[in-house]
Amino acid sequence: MLSALRTLWAVFWHAFARRITVPYPEQKRPLPPRFRGRIVLTRDPDGEERCVACYLCAAACPVDCIALQATEDAHGRRYPAFFRVNFGRCIFCGFCEEACPTYAIQLTPDCELADYRRQSLVYEKEHLLISGPGKYHGYSFYRVAGVAVGGKDKGEGDNELPPVNVRGLMP
Amino acid sequence: MTRLGAMLAKVNAAALLPELLIVLGVLIGALTLAGGLTFVERRLLALWQDRRGPNRVGPFGLLQVVADTIKLFTKEDWVPPFADKPVFVVAPAIIIVSTLMSFAVIPLAPGIVVADLNVGLLFFLGMSSLAVYSITLGGWSANSKYALLGALRAAGQMVSYEVFMGLSLMGVVAMAGSFNLGAIVQAQRHVWFCIPQCVGLVVFLIAGLAETRRIPFDLPEAEGELVAGFHTEYSGMKFGMFFLGEYVGVALISALTVVLFFGGWSGPILPPIAWFLGKTAVLIGLFILVRAALPRLRYDQLMRLGWKVLLPLSLANVAVTGAVILALGR
Repeated sequence: MLSALRTLWAVFWHAFARRITVPYPEQKRPLPPRFRGRIVLTRDPDGEERCVACYLCAAACPVDCIALQATEDAHGRRYPAFFRVNFGRCIFCGFCEEACPTYAIQLTPDCELADYRRQSLVYEKEHLLISGPGKYHGYSFYRVAGVAVGGKDKGEGDNELPPVNVRGLMP
Repeated sequence: MTRLGAMLAKVNAAALLPELLIVLGVLIGALTLAGGLTFVERRLLALWQDRRGPNRVGPFGLLQVVADTIKLFTKEDWVPPFADKPVFVVAPAIIIVSTLMSFAVIPLAPGIVVADLNVGLLFFLGMSSLAVYSITLGGWSANSKYALLGALRAAGQMVSYEVFMGLSLMGVVAMAGSFNLGAIVQAQRHVWFCIPQCVGLVVFLIAGLAETRRIPFDLPEAEGELVAGFHTEYSGMKFGMFFLGEYVGVALISALTVVLFFGGWSGPILPPIAWFLGKTAVLIGLFILVRAALPRLRYDQLMRLGWKVLLPLSLANVAVTGAVILALGR
């Protein structure tokens, strides 16, 4: 009985305690930079698309919400002909970001995706592609990859030596 | 026809009008209060749990009640095919009717009472016994396991607590010398009965909590164990009726506590009705605070508390009150 009264007293004084609830649309909590929200496709520092259409994100996606089609440009560079993310299905697990070898696909701290129509939750490449490099500045896949593409031959990348003539190493 | 006409002519319309106004006022007031309580309770619970509560619909969320009512009315009003249909439909009405009937005997202010019965208190006890039927029949007619378990618990709990609810009030009746609630308020001119009858007050409050099936005693609808207890199979406005009945019950027990133990309408400066409503509001707040703070009892604890603690306590209270009155020779 006494403990019940003590509980009542303690609970009563909580009327003057600080509210825990944040009244959301008026007051927003700061989201951490690595928050897993809306997915974007980023560009490298030269302004080129980072995505090389390797399908790893689509393969990693546990809910199959990513669809894309690879194609090649005149220089032999792979890029996605279309890239589609269905945010109605996406569970924002971030596996696609982890799977991406080129930092192309990234999750952003934007969680306000609510919509009245399901169809408008399907984002195409023009909706996903942003103009900047996202979280990884100065990273360009082709500059460190060692692979030859149009405009960059073997050995012209960063931290990369020209190819060695193996026959020239004869004793 | 002519006799009826003559009878109607005899009834003075001008004298009837204030009576009708009081009846309508109490009816609408009680229902509005019960509806508003759904909102007030949620806001107060939030207040005591460091939350904010419903504050989106209208200013301060006041229109939440309207939104909830619209929702309840537009929900499918489903009667399960396995239910005993007539009983199933009637059960929610009984609780509303019986609790609202009790409001008729509560004096809000001098002269403002629907029915100035000389057995007002007994009438209230009888009506609150009828409320048991609503719960039990509702749970029984639903013909489902959880509802039946809830109904059984409700029957056991409410019948047991009815006993000491009545007994705890006998001290008040003995001191006032009347079952008339207006006379009981009059008898508290010098000292409110909450002081000489503090044991009765505590027992009555606990019994009142059990009668309204509020949280420390909400075993009939224990969500954690019985889905929703006796109203598991109810939906739409029938469910809403049970809900409303609970809140009318809370308002009723609070108003009755004020009348019996806290001097009813008496108080300085402010008009009597304001005093009555203010005191009732504080007691309703107390009811909600209890819900915010205390956990649910186990069923055997509930029964043990009832029969082994509250019953002897209220009996002792009656005996001591009687002895003191006898000794003082009043």
